[in-house]
Amino acid sequence: MTDYRTVPTVCPYCGTGCGMLLEVSGGRLAGVLPQKGHPVSDGTLCLKGWAAYEFVESPRRLARPLVRRDGKREAVPVEEALSIVADRLRDTVERHGPDAAAFICSAKCTNEEDYLVNKLARAVVGTNNIDHCARL
Amino acid sequence: MSIKEKARELLEGEVDGVLGYRLAGGSHLPHLFTAADIEEMAGDYPAGERYPLASIVRRLQAADPGIRIAVVARGCDERSLVELFKQGQVNLGRTVILGLACEEELARGCGCAVPYPSEILEGRRVEGVPDDSLVEKMDGMPAEDRLDFWLSRFGSCVKCYGCRNVCPLCYCKECALDDAEMVERGRVPPAQPAFHLIRAIDMAGRCIDCGLCEEACPMGIPLRTLYRKVGRVVEDNLGYRPGRSPEEKSPLAVLGTEKDLE
Repeated sequence: MTDYRTVPTVCPYCGTGCGMLLEVSGGRLAGVLPQKGHPVSDGTLCLKGWAAYEFVESPRRLARPLVRRDGKREAVPVEEALSIVADRLRDTVERHGPDAAAFICSAKCTNEEDYLVNKLARAVVGTNNIDHCARL
Repeated sequence: MSIKEKARELLEGEVDGVLGYRLAGGSHLPHLFTAADIEEMAGDYPAGERYPLASIVRRLQAADPGIRIAVVARGCDERSLVELFKQGQVNLGRTVILGLACEEELARGCGCAVPYPSEILEGRRVEGVPDDSLVEKMDGMPAEDRLDFWLSRFGSCVKCYGCRNVCPLCYCKECALDDAEMVERGRVPPAQPAFHLIRAIDMAGRCIDCGLCEEACPMGIPLRTLYRKVGRVVEDNLGYRPGRSPEEKSPLAVLGTEKDLE
């Protein structure tokens, strides 16, 4: 039988923290509703909040890392992609200094992951060039 | 018999699911209950936590046309279901209404003309308190001032599409508001007054005055006043009030074919 439930959560986009309900039906994320009575947003959302579920099953979502080789994008395993990023990052920092690198983290990551990006930027690479998509 | 008791009884074989509210973390969340979790159904219905349950019924029936659903319905929820039925979007024959009458404070706050469903299971019926004062105030203004008023309100629109997204009567697969020819992409606020008038015209003869659009608007645009105005034009000219009765024909369904409406 078709099922329907809603899961309260916080909008993944900016730092405002609006309350939303994720609509789950048939094992899929089916939509979003603004959470009534939420202390931050009280039943309202902006365009991004209303569309926050769409990227999850978007055909344009990057499901595997792609590496550009000879002008073509090639799917590679995550480990290989990470090695390429690490090598290129090390090479750039060695040649041009830490401030040649910048880091952008995301509200779609957990607090812990964002904390680690912060550590990586400041303590490992040595740059203050760090920003976050929530700082709209 | 309370709504919850009735829901429990219906789940013994008459319906597959009951759409109501589940209490979680102090919030009432829309939820389709089965016999397995019906005990988690909230037994109270706070005025500030209304959701577009009719839209959820429509979507569940679209996914599974055989599904039999009972739904907690205030007057506005029932009107939505009735209007959706007339537009071929909801099967009332497979829908059981668990009628909930609104308390006076909510009815007054909503300025609701019919704050109760056709059959009340829970709550005490209070008479309608239709509030057309804003429509009348607008009608009394000179046309130029009226235009200024609406343009200033529309100018605050952040184009969240919440009014359309939350609307129980909005179900089109292709919406004029998503058409790049009609609504320029990336322009905020949207073109005035076109954006809001497209919606207002779509609401004529369809809006059942639930007020969810106005509640969902982050900018407090008095959308309800606008839609009440177009609703009044339809009612005055065609005698039609959306959602009133499943037997009444919508003028949108007969215009152009019946001579008496020429």
